[in-house]
Amino acid sequence: MSGRRVTGRAARGRLRRAAGRGLGFVAWRLLQALLVLWAAFTLAFGVLYLLPSDPVTIMASGGGEATSVTEEQLADLRAEYGLDQSAWRQYATRLLDAAHGDFGASVQTGEPVRRVIAEALPPTVQLTATALVLAVVGGAGLALAATYTRLRRLRQLLLSLPAAGVSAPTFWVGLLLIQVVSFRWGLLPAIGQDGWRSLVLPSLTLSLPSGAVLAQVFARSLRTALAEPWAETARAKGASRLRVHFAHAARNAALPPLTVAGLLLGNLLSGSVVVETVFSRAGLGRTTAQAVGAQDIPLVLGVVAFGAAVYVLANLLVDLCYPLLDPRVRAGRAVTA
Amino acid sequence: MARSPRTSTRPAALAAALVVSGLLATAGCSAGGSTAAAEGTPGPGGELTFALASDPVCVDPQQRANNDAIYPARQLVDSLTDEDPETGEIVPWLATSWDINEDATEFTFHLREDATFSDGTPVDAQAVRDNFDAIVRLGAQAPLGSGYLAGYVGTTVADAHTARVAFEQPNAQFLQATSTFSLGLLARSTTSLPAAERCTDHLVGSGAFVLEEYRPNQVVVETRREDYAWGSSLWRHRGPAYLEKLTFRVIPESGVRTGALQSGQVDAIGGVAPQDEQGLADAGFRVQSRSNPGLPFGLSANLARPALRDERVRRAVQAAVDRQEVVDTVLSPSFVPATSALAHTTHTYADLSGALAHDPEEAKRLLTEAGWEPGPDGVRVKDGERLSLTVLWTENFGPNENVLQLLQQQLKEAGVELRLRTAPLADFLAEREAGDYDFTWGNTTRTDPDIMRTQYSAALTNYGHLPADSTLEELLQGQNAATDAGERAGLSARAQRELLERAVAVPVFELTTVLGLADRVHDLDFEASSRIQLHDTWVS
Repeated sequence: MSGRRVTGRAARGRLRRAAGRGLGFVAWRLLQALLVLWAAFTLAFGVLYLLPSDPVTIMASGGGEATSVTEEQLADLRAEYGLDQSAWRQYATRLLDAAHGDFGASVQTGEPVRRVIAEALPPTVQLTATALVLAVVGGAGLALAATYTRLRRLRQLLLSLPAAGVSAPTFWVGLLLIQVVSFRWGLLPAIGQDGWRSLVLPSLTLSLPSGAVLAQVFARSLRTALAEPWAETARAKGASRLRVHFAHAARNAALPPLTVAGLLLGNLLSGSVVVETVFSRAGLGRTTAQAVGAQDIPLVLGVVAFGAAVYVLANLLVDLCYPLLDPRVRAGRAVTA
Repeated sequence: MARSPRTSTRPAALAAALVVSGLLATAGCSAGGSTAAAEGTPGPGGELTFALASDPVCVDPQQRANNDAIYPARQLVDSLTDEDPETGEIVPWLATSWDINEDATEFTFHLREDATFSDGTPVDAQAVRDNFDAIVRLGAQAPLGSGYLAGYVGTTVADAHTARVAFEQPNAQFLQATSTFSLGLLARSTTSLPAAERCTDHLVGSGAFVLEEYRPNQVVVETRREDYAWGSSLWRHRGPAYLEKLTFRVIPESGVRTGALQSGQVDAIGGVAPQDEQGLADAGFRVQSRSNPGLPFGLSANLARPALRDERVRRAVQAAVDRQEVVDTVLSPSFVPATSALAHTTHTYADLSGALAHDPEEAKRLLTEAGWEPGPDGVRVKDGERLSLTVLWTENFGPNENVLQLLQQQLKEAGVELRLRTAPLADFLAEREAGDYDFTWGNTTRTDPDIMRTQYSAALTNYGHLPADSTLEELLQGQNAATDAGERAGLSARAQRELLERAVAVPVFELTTVLGLADRVHDLDFEASSRIQLHDTWVS
């Protein structure tokens, strides 16, 4: 965990330094964000370009069946999508267009990439947002309960749960929930996305690994916080055990899990690929998996750029939250780290 | 269901109606009037929810070749002709009759006059021309259709309902091709659009169902065309379809599909895994299957490789494979071993099971004769080289890996090492192009024997590096030039024999389409290519 705490401290340090510079901080973060976006875009293009096949061959293969498509027909189609040009030229064109917000059209269906993403986004936002809430509530609740209880056996049980949660494969948990809750008990639908009832099982499945990580990190930082001298002081001054635990320690211990939560957003997005498949939901995860399988270069680049933007934004938000939780950051007073 | 005035039928209402009609039946009452469909009588009304194993991506029948796109797409369009799944005979659909010239280069279709597309425009000779022109323009984006139309010169509109299609070279397979979904007819408002704009929307056909909406990765909804009256001559009833609405739900996980059927969340499922069949049958569900016509799953040899250039080695592999064991241990009773180069549901199939008998002694004899002697590790050796053959395969069918592992064991007994190299479809295609393998593993669905030419002709892709001047090539070209049915069947049978005896093809088992159906679903028919046709389907 020390690694994560260092990250938190480093970020706080950056923030503190930047706070003095005001606008400089915002400019620096924006530049950083653009750099991340560019790097993600370039990396994705490189990987897609290096893959052995190309989207046109895949599309014309009829799923691997014997077809009699001629080389000329393939060449025509490649020219139509600009795939016959040199790698540099394709890269430059796509990057320039992307900078203007134009990601072109999906090779598979010809729909504009922006529209494909816009249509796939709402169900995934619903899923990941619900999962994030469940993960935070569940993870924090578990950590608080585990550190608060005086029963040694219960504490050990509670502390061992996150490890199990992290190691259980998402698709397995999903299938198990479907089998029992939907097929055996008939309580909730196993497929589709009509209303909140169809959201329960998938978001629960998706929240499990993230909630477990949060619980682990929070429990550890809680224990550290409770062992600090000021906790002792608070108790000596007559604060109740409950108050020390929930008001003093929880607040001080919240920074590491908050940092982790920002990173977990990436996990949730990638987890949605599996969860959306298992629960037969449409969304960004399924769209991405399909696009990669078909080497749909424009769509993959669009999704990567979008994902990177979300990630950058989320971490920026987390950084901006530090001052709210930690008065030392707010006041900009230096504390030796 | 009765011919009720209900326009939308919810599952709950349906279930209630079912219970009520059941009670009435047990009480010995009449359900009231002759319009009510009793349990055993087909009748209009009701809905069907069918679970697809993958997202169609595009529901244009002319562009797609994968089952999960074809299932919904087939219901939207009619074809010029239809093919009898039992006899392979080509029969009238939109065309009431046709003439083929002496050398199979000109096909004249006489169309019925009452058919219309769902936007009201007529299905006439001009529509035929628009469609074929558009498919040729689509090129690689219509991978099947543009192949069927290879050498297309053009379509002449002789009169409003007579269309003449001409080719540069003999093209006997074209008549069967007109019965496929790939050459199904779409309205001009669709054919005039670029490929990209006719995938999820704007698909206007003349079929018994009309596309309501397609939401990628979720659902394809189709509704009945009320004025439909130009069905195939093969169908059980005239007029509009029985079902009011079709819902194709995308459910990628096979276990979830099975569970969804068992818990009543869907009425029918595709892509039933062999291991799930017994469970479904035990739980009282109908497991319906049919062999896919075309090339069975099997090994196709790459003759550019030194070891396989020797026909004796290929024949040894042919003899070492125990097809019955593959079906018995890895697949299910729905499957059958290959008995020819074509599946038994293919037109002009010839039973050549004698040429595919399991004969391990013969395999060993052939290898010894070819100079491959038993080596230290059980694998035969010649000039210091081990007899190690690589098979390139992709996961387009669940049991592939288990089947290939079993083949590996079977060949090992003859002293042949089979190395399995798997790749995702994209890489598979690239590696197939590169040619660094001894066998590819795969199948192809088509009811016409011309599929042998598509796969094995030296004049086409020719991944197997077959020689251009061979008896096989003559037969493959010959069957596509023969207009006489008997002559064509004879040439096709000889091509099948040639493929097996030269062991260019090592067919193993016939791919089988397996569906799981709830009790209330009736007459869900397979058309000739083992895809579903829902015009006659009804629910009780």
